[in-house]
Amino acid sequence: MIEGLLPELEVIRKDFPILERTLAGGQPLVYLDSANTSQKPQCVIDAMVDHLERHNANVARAMHQLGAEASEAFEDARDKVASFIKAPSRDEVIFTKNASEALNLVANTLAWATGDLAIGPGDEVVITEMEHHSNIVPWQLLTERKGATLRWFGLTDDGRLDLSDLDRLINERTKVVSLTWVSNMLGTINPVAEIARRAHEVGAIVVVDAAQAAPQLPVDVTEVGADLLAFTGHKVVGPTGIGVLWGSRRVLEQLPPFLGGGEMIETVRMDRSTYAGIPHKFEAGTPPIAEAVGLGAAVDYLAAVGMEAVHAHEQAITGYALEGLATVPGLTVLGPQDAASRGGAISFEIDGVHPHDVAQVLDSRGIAVRAGHHCAKPAHARFGVQSSSRMSSYLYTTPAEIDALVEGLLYTRSYFKVG
Amino acid sequence: MTSAANQDLDALYQEIILDHYKNPHHKGLRDPFEAEVHHVNPTCGDEVTLRVHLTEGPEGTVVSDVSYDSVGCSISQASTSVLTDLVIGKSTDEAFEIHQTFLTLMQGKGTVEPDEDVLEDGIAFAGVAKFPARVKCALLSWMAFKDAAAQVLADPNASNPEESK
Ligand SMILES: Cc1ncc(COP(=O)(O)O)c(C=O)c1O
Repeated sequence: MIEGLLPELEVIRKDFPILERTLAGGQPLVYLDSANTSQKPQCVIDAMVDHLERHNANVARAMHQLGAEASEAFEDARDKVASFIKAPSRDEVIFTKNASEALNLVANTLAWATGDLAIGPGDEVVITEMEHHSNIVPWQLLTERKGATLRWFGLTDDGRLDLSDLDRLINERTKVVSLTWVSNMLGTINPVAEIARRAHEVGAIVVVDAAQAAPQLPVDVTEVGADLLAFTGHKVVGPTGIGVLWGSRRVLEQLPPFLGGGEMIETVRMDRSTYAGIPHKFEAGTPPIAEAVGLGAAVDYLAAVGMEAVHAHEQAITGYALEGLATVPGLTVLGPQDAASRGGAISFEIDGVHPHDVAQVLDSRGIAVRAGHHCAKPAHARFGVQSSSRMSSYLYTTPAEIDALVEGLLYTRSYFKVG
Repeated sequence: MTSAANQDLDALYQEIILDHYKNPHHKGLRDPFEAEVHHVNPTCGDEVTLRVHLTEGPEGTVVSDVSYDSVGCSISQASTSVLTDLVIGKSTDEAFEIHQTFLTLMQGKGTVEPDEDVLEDGIAFAGVAKFPARVKCALLSWMAFKDAAAQVLADPNASNPEESK
């Protein structure tokens, strides 16, 4: 028995109907691509169906019973998310389309900001070399548009942030530090609080990409030192089409609106408008209502299992997987080699077999992994590789599935005659 | 593993493909050339840099050389190798016809019967057409070739018959 596994693993697996399906040739599904998107428990599916079957109406603007029910369901979801990430206030939770939109909302409104948050020539934005493209490109666009400078933390050979010049990299010119909490490629868990402390010393704001952290770590937005924090619904057992931006009231109130339209206004005249308070200021148009309901059910589900327990499970599976992968000849794991400092995503290479081909052979055995650059091309370039294969686990992953992966990789080597 | 899944895998990874992957033909970047293009598959990051050298012969424009440098999976590497075998020495008209035949095969979702007379080793890619995620791999260098050749044809001054002697 591996220590740290969820004691009710078999019960949890029963909550996820897709895990029971079979693939071509009757193969059972071994889903090891949860960092890409997670599977959904029945309660999330049911919550969305129930909403659509019984409570569907637009929110905030429908003056009838269904409208009231839909609005209440939508705002309930905001409460659930606020409690999931320990937000000091529910009004600080903004629904977006996904994590990418949340990060773009921040980078765009910062481009339009005046006063303290304004960014211009001579100012610096700091990111890291292990970011997902969603936390690189918006900052490139911002700094290019404003004549500011983009800088970044490099990586050490074992896949951690190189903090040796922390104090030089984050300096009086730094206006924004934006970094991922957990790397989707290297798996590394970053010391966000330590970096945030330095950023706050110099008056910079801290943006945390929690797309990979929210699914597997207990999140406390204040403790981690974030001023803004983004995650995406579909990786926390919720639906696609919804993401979350949390921001401290102080920062959100200073930022100008993002998209203009319905819901985000206080009053509109033909010559000018005034805006609603947070969170509605940032939620123009009809929001993803059924998706919010699904996300609310999802974070409630995770909270009921307990995020400490989910984290322990991920670490146990990751440790077991690292041991298993080490038995495959010619296999190199990218990123930290100890489970304690990483999340549940392991990217690796196999000598002589391209990641696409690895994924293809595994797929023929019902094993789903990701192959490619995982939207982290600079991090791959840092390690001199063009692409990699990635297995990623979640709260429903079993040791037997890791065994199937390891066996599949040994088979892959023999299929391509490299061993 | 069930045999059905294994058959699919073997249909994809024909021996011919694995042979070309292990021993690619015409690999490397060579002079002379009139156009060089760089194509990437944005989903997986596979890349090819490809050069074409066209010359004017008595029968029209001829593909005298296709040279390349590439990184990618077995399918994309093998298809580049096969491409060069098929088009080098052909007239551009013939090369574009072969290109079209290969494209039709790849986009046929496994319903197109490959023509061995035209595609030679290229018929081994018939199985790839059943794997939508891999079609882009197989087409990467073919699209690069079409692009590069079209660039030269659009700018005839770039093609220099003297240089090829
Ligand atoms: C670290 C990280 N940031 C951002 C994203 C973007 O999430 P989404 O595609 O849902 O916007 C992802 C997921 O792909 C991720 O892993």
